[in-house]
Amino acid sequence: MNENFDVIVVGAGPSGNAAAYTLARSGMRVLQIERGEYPGSKNVQGAILYADALERIIPDFREDAPLERHLIEQRVWMLDDTSYVGSAYRSADFSKPPFNRYTIIRAQFDKWFSQKVREAGVLVICETTVTGLLLDGQRVVGVQTDRAGGSIYADAVILADGVNSQLARKAGFRPEIEPREVALAVKEIHFLPEETIQSRFNVTGDEGVVIEMAGKITQGMVGTGFLYTNKESIAIGVGCLLSDFRKQKTSPYALLDRMKAHPAIAPLLAGGEMKEYTAHLIPEGGYHSIPPIYGDGWLMVGDAGMFVNGVHREGSNLAMTTGRLAAETLIALRSERKPFSARNLARYRASLDESFVMRDLRKYKNLPRIVEKNPQFFTAYPELMNKAAHTLISVDGVDKKAKERAIRQRFVAARSRLGLLGDFFKLWRAFE
Amino acid sequence: MHILVCIKQVPDSAQIRVHPVTNTIMRQGVPAIVNPYDLVALEEALRLKDRTSARVTVLTMGPPQAESALRKALSFGADEAILLTDRAFAGADTLATSYALAAAIRKIRDDMPVDLVFTGKQTIDGDTAQVGPGIATRLGMQLLTYVSRIDRVDLERGEITVQRRAEGGVQVLRTRLPAVITVLEGINEMRFATMPDMFRAARYGLTVWDREAAGIGDVTKIGLKGSPTVVSRVFAPTPRAQKAEIIQTQSEQPDDLVATLLAKMFTKHPPLRAAICPRAVQRT
Repeated sequence: MNENFDVIVVGAGPSGNAAAYTLARSGMRVLQIERGEYPGSKNVQGAILYADALERIIPDFREDAPLERHLIEQRVWMLDDTSYVGSAYRSADFSKPPFNRYTIIRAQFDKWFSQKVREAGVLVICETTVTGLLLDGQRVVGVQTDRAGGSIYADAVILADGVNSQLARKAGFRPEIEPREVALAVKEIHFLPEETIQSRFNVTGDEGVVIEMAGKITQGMVGTGFLYTNKESIAIGVGCLLSDFRKQKTSPYALLDRMKAHPAIAPLLAGGEMKEYTAHLIPEGGYHSIPPIYGDGWLMVGDAGMFVNGVHREGSNLAMTTGRLAAETLIALRSERKPFSARNLARYRASLDESFVMRDLRKYKNLPRIVEKNPQFFTAYPELMNKAAHTLISVDGVDKKAKERAIRQRFVAARSRLGLLGDFFKLWRAFE
Repeated sequence: MHILVCIKQVPDSAQIRVHPVTNTIMRQGVPAIVNPYDLVALEEALRLKDRTSARVTVLTMGPPQAESALRKALSFGADEAILLTDRAFAGADTLATSYALAAAIRKIRDDMPVDLVFTGKQTIDGDTAQVGPGIATRLGMQLLTYVSRIDRVDLERGEITVQRRAEGGVQVLRTRLPAVITVLEGINEMRFATMPDMFRAARYGLTVWDREAAGIGDVTKIGLKGSPTVVSRVFAPTPRAQKAEIIQTQSEQPDDLVATLLAKMFTKHPPLRAAICPRAVQRT
């Protein structure tokens, strides 16, 4: 007997869950297939939850979702070897519900999300790998799994199988990803008592702090680091372009070890016990690396479609939003009794173009290429900024004008006048 | 033939951490798995089913989440699944657990006689190996523990012949049915579920029994009240302060590294003769 569904969702990450949940809530018969032992077993994230994206899917998620701390302060650090220049924004307004961003522990959050998906009526099958798409001519009509009797049919298939999307590659929907389009990120979770975290980060209750970092910690590679406060632990991680790791012959864990030893970071982690070590690939290619995301009988969502905003470190919200919009496209077509053809599914792309997802990715479309070709933004500038701050802040009998001259000279010596102008222009282009 | 397999959902002991401050076991976030030894028992029961078209029912006692353990068993090919769950069962030791399970099995027997009860040799969280024997005693069934092979089941004569791993050898034992069999690890490998079985398991409507449904009237025999075992303290052994050693060679050639490693090993572990009889070595 052949199993038949309205939609098959491949993958149980944020995008797959968002799609499956939205579809099932509208009455569609949905099958979700997950390769891992349980939903979430393969998922890795920093992890920050952006409330808005989830709220549009599950409005009352705050009632029972496992959330760690809501964020009231964001620090941005530019690090040199022994120092950092930084800025911070903290607001008591962020402590007023409804909160905007939370830290989460994905192992717990994904379990919760998947439970919601099941309650919505999705049939969730784990430990099963989708090995290929079933085609009728050009049209996707189902999936083939690695189990005996494993051909399953559906009117549409949503590819939510993550950054590597073997499925999309195999089907020829997407080329092999280039090492310069993905970052390899590693993360550790360090256990610390709640009171220690509160006093170390100057927060009370469930308030939390984010520190985003760039500079010498990536040793000249294109990448960033982060530190997030959970209830009873701290997540710390660093990620750089895979192509840079290959060029530099540096290993990610060596990079993270050096970062943890930085004099500004080490005291924040002191006394903690490492509980978890994870690594993951993050699609960072931006707008230009987005593959075709729909076709006859199929849609692509989340990391598989390279939907990550590397600049603002947003990914899971883009995943949830693309999952939701893909589902809403199918729901609308079904209610209009229209087939899930490529022509009709073009609506998905149109709705993405109108959303913040594509608007943001378009805004930064030039950034990946610019930073890749200009490592000075990760090496020379952090150093110059740190030295400038050091010079300005030290009181040593030198007058301020002379100090400013010295700083200016250092900038010109390092980058030349034309170089500084060029760098300024490049940055403007990247963020325009 | 009706085979009943008793399984337990346990925390994956490979992933349990000890709280650095309070020194207690942190169960939070530790994935729950089916006791691996019980899966060996289930596979053995399923193999019997394949040979004799037996009916396999899985039974577990645990919190509502134990449902996923039963669904897993169903996906491998078990026919029916029963979840025994009630707050009154909480905190049970092996005495109270076998009391509740035996009561449930009596009830199952009312519907369809049970010829064999299979279970793993022990659980990975309690390590007691007492529940299987407890069930056999309470139900007056024959008991075969540490079974490494099922040679023959003769339903007409109501007999089973098995091989049992014992100290210093293997015993071939024959006994009459019904019998409880606790299965040794490593004697088979769990099958890969088929897609239709995955669907059946996901959709299966579980039978859920609370205390009353299981026919248990005496609450002093179950849960914490029925458990004379007291855990007085749980602690983590103090870790040995032995640091790993990084061995490097000048040349970075593999053969040099091997030579260095070998030399290191023999300085740590002196020749056998020296270890057994140090004085003899001194004399030579």
